[in-house]
Amino acid sequence: MRIHLTGVFVDDQRKALRFYTETLGFRVKHDIPVGEHAWITVVSEEAPEGTELLLEPAEHPAVGPYRRALVEDGIPLASFAVDDVGAEYERLVAKGVRFVQPPTDLGTVVTAVFDDTCGNLIQIVEEKAQP
Amino acid sequence: MSLGTQTCRRHVDIFRAIADPTRRAILDELVDRPGQSLFEICGRLIMKHGINSSRQAISQHLQVLEAAGLIRTKREGRSKLHWFEGAPLTAIGERWPVSTDEDIEK
Repeated sequence: MRIHLTGVFVDDQRKALRFYTETLGFRVKHDIPVGEHAWITVVSEEAPEGTELLLEPAEHPAVGPYRRALVEDGIPLASFAVDDVGAEYERLVAKGVRFVQPPTDLGTVVTAVFDDTCGNLIQIVEEKAQP
Repeated sequence: MSLGTQTCRRHVDIFRAIADPTRRAILDELVDRPGQSLFEICGRLIMKHGINSSRQAISQHLQVLEAAGLIRTKREGRSKLHWFEGAPLTAIGERWPVSTDEDIEK
């Protein structure tokens, strides 16, 4: 069994698609109209056949309280792997992304957390080479 | 000079708050980086101190520290962030000031 798809709820699917592609650098895999919304997934340029991330409309009534409570405690909805958290931090800050946690060395990993502008916090993680 | 009952009670809260090693680790981490979310505090405790308490347990520790005046919280955007507040510890230093050789010899 493999993880095929996971998702984040987003306030505005079009705005989210721009952020996840133009700012973060993911590639669109599917963009299929579904009623007034769309089935939109993105994948990593580094792994186009890998796990898809669904940008799901946040209209379900349970989503608001759920996301508010997570954001209040600073809990990220998804975690993306990068080679160099410091370099990604500099790249994204230059693009206007707001970080709620700057790069933090936690021993075996370096992490940072940013606001995806669509209602979620996202963590980036770099696994440090073991000496 | 005698201390008021209020001050004494406050001091008891402070001592109880810092008697716990997890709560002392939380304060150390907030000094290291002021303005952390519950998530960041939990991550630092697990990865840097090997403290595997649940988020719920850490949240309760934060409440004890806040009640003792050792932590201040502020909303930033939609997140609640925590800061170390050292003033209550300064009050303890004023109650029991550092002794000089003269104090002891006279």
